Amino acid sequence: MESKQIHIPDNAEYRELKLFIEANSSTPGPLIQVLHRAQKIFGYLPMEVQHFVARELGVPHSQVYGVVTFYNFFRTEPIGDHIVNICLGTACHVKGASEILKALEKELGIRVGGTTKDRFYTLSTARCFGACGLAPVMMVDDEVYGRLNPQKTIQILKDLRTAQTVK
Amino acid sequence: MSIYRTHILVPIDEGTVQAGVFEVKRTLEREIRERGLEGEVRVLETGTVGIVGKGVLLAVYPDRIYYSGMRPSDVALLVEEHLLKGRVPSSLKHAPLDLQDGAKVLHRTGLTLPQKRVVLDKAWKVAPDDMREVLASGGYAGLERIVADRMTPEAVIDEVKKSGLRGRGGAGFPTGLKWELTRNSPGGRKYIICNADEGEPGTFKDRLILEGDPHRIVEAMTIAGYAMGATKGYVYIRGEYALSIERMQKAIDQAREYGLLGPDVLEHGFAFDLEIKKGAGAYICGDETALLESLEGKRGNPRIKPPYPVAHGLWQEPTSVNNVETLANVPGIIARGAGWFRTMGTEKSSGTKVFTILGHVEHPGLVEVEMGTPLRELVFSYGGGVSGGRKFKAALLGGASGVFLPEGLLDVRMDFESLKENKAVLGSGAVLVMDEDASIVDMLFSILKFFAHESCGRCAPCRIGTRQLLNLAWKLRRGKGRETDLDTMLRLAELMCGTALCPLGQSVIMPVRSAIEYFRGEFEACVKKTTEEARV
Ligand SMILES: Cc1cc2nc3c(=O)[nH]c(=O)nc-3n(C[C@H](O)[C@H](O)[C@H](O)COP(=O)(O)O)c2cc1C
Ligand code: FES
Repeated sequence: MESKQIHIPDNAEYRELKLFIEANSSTPGPLIQVLHRAQKIFGYLPMEVQHFVARELGVPHSQVYGVVTFYNFFRTEPIGDHIVNICLGTACHVKGASEILKALEKELGIRVGGTTKDRFYTLSTARCFGACGLAPVMMVDDEVYGRLNPQKTIQILKDLRTAQTVK
Repeated sequence: MSIYRTHILVPIDEGTVQAGVFEVKRTLEREIRERGLEGEVRVLETGTVGIVGKGVLLAVYPDRIYYSGMRPSDVALLVEEHLLKGRVPSSLKHAPLDLQDGAKVLHRTGLTLPQKRVVLDKAWKVAPDDMREVLASGGYAGLERIVADRMTPEAVIDEVKKSGLRGRGGAGFPTGLKWELTRNSPGGRKYIICNADEGEPGTFKDRLILEGDPHRIVEAMTIAGYAMGATKGYVYIRGEYALSIERMQKAIDQAREYGLLGPDVLEHGFAFDLEIKKGAGAYICGDETALLESLEGKRGNPRIKPPYPVAHGLWQEPTSVNNVETLANVPGIIARGAGWFRTMGTEKSSGTKVFTILGHVEHPGLVEVEMGTPLRELVFSYGGGVSGGRKFKAALLGGASGVFLPEGLLDVRMDFESLKENKAVLGSGAVLVMDEDASIVDMLFSILKFFAHESCGRCAPCRIGTRQLLNLAWKLRRGKGRETDLDTMLRLAELMCGTALCPLGQSVIMPVRSAIEYFRGEFEACVKKTTEEARV
């Protein structure tokens, strides 16, 4: 019932998602795969998208919401252009990951989970990337940077921003 | 294998990528083309060698020389001297390479000490996506033996049972028995699932197996499917492991093309197919029952056991969940026999084990050695000892739900029994070394934070217990602890061990007890600070 009250626009993004759902609706337990795709399309999973998924799959919205909030990977808030993930896993911890996090929070002026005012960086943390040999490690989008220290980390982010603005 | 006189292997992993391996590879290929060597020298991308932090690596076969720290500007010299003139240029950092059976201690890299590579045998020697090479180097030999010798499913299970193979995912459950239970459970469809969620912090062995030798897992799962009577398998891979997912998908596609997967595997009248499912980042989904829930598209809440997955697993059908490394052992066992497998390791823990050696060591990286190798050897020989010449304080074995071991226990052997005798676990095979300056209190705090975050919240002991433990550790760390806090922590962890619904909550006791038992002094110092301050 409730999903009807939410207005779902008819645009290319929703059409793409709808096609994906139709192609996968016969596979058992498609919800997580559908949400993966939805996040890829929209960048995050706002209520509106969750309602759409629930309606198309014929499941209660509570179930979709339950899954979205359970998994770290799914986001309900929009993020900046680039996501900076600091690993706080055990191997990175002993190599001083928390110092790096502290330095970045200060440098970017945001806390974990926050996004810079210009929507350029979102700061996030993770438990382990499986790149522990390079500890301490961060990922910026899909790129891994290892053997960091606070200065180096700040420099990397500065360089990335410069590279982007020059482009 | 081919008419090329020389192969240059280019190990691709996160470390080499960061060091610019692709640039080096492009330069190398261009140089080889320009010198007209294309027909003679072949450049191959492989998985990791397990040597971390030595920059871009190139291994030249059959000469068995490896170069480290390669830059694009070094390439011309290498081609000119080594490939054309046949001599190794001394100005480049190089060393003879022999991971499998070489007795020499090579280079300064601890990780080139002789290892026993079984599951990682091909990971860096063979291009994972070149089917001809995979087959030529013994890939799918296990499956072939089943067909050639007309092995029955029972015979396959028997071979695995005789090998003594035990689960590498943490619990050490006998693999053959798990398969037999699944086979004998009544049910329409059966499933084999490869657990590649690898969530234990400080562990990346499964990733390297998947990236370096995905066909080994395809083969193993096909064998498992045949043995158990399963026609479908799922590989549940951590979402962050993009390269693993890509390589695994390619291997599955290739296997289908070659008739190694599909409706009639090797024209042997047996149907089997594989599908990849991506995890969405929840530590608890590494637990087999939570993984099943997640596979069904739900929240990854663990199930209450019994019933066990072998009877009621995916969609309530009989299911065997096996770790990547466990499965990676199977093709060798079938191809070469249980007897061969038993020549490695100890009586009750046969075979090899992959370890990731990390933290304050000279040479972090991964090694594969026989079960029963002393911890001391891992840390001081393979790991090259504590970095910066500092003193050893502790090793955290098995990730967050692992155990701290003090210096006095460095001689413990790394196999299921010996570790159990010392109230420790093999776990995921992570060995995190901490030097004299590292703080155990701080580390335990970080681990408890991890648990509090990853607790799924379904049962009260774990949901509340992890939070309470975190608070107590926080107080201690801040120097606000009380004398009784240590015992409260121990009691809480014990309570959780006895009452939590799933192994996540039950295993919090491992790091808590070992930290307080072996390093009580450090915790008491935190308490003392408080009492003194209180007096002032
Ligand atoms: C919280 C938790 C996390 C786990 N994570 C993993 C994991 O990442 N990979 C894995 O193979 N097993 C993991 N396990 C163990 C699995 O439940 C299961 O025992 C294992 O996959 C069985 O495979 P094996 O018999 O080959 O060891 C985890 C268990 C728990 C309780
Ligand atoms: S602990 Fe940071 S990458 Fe593994």
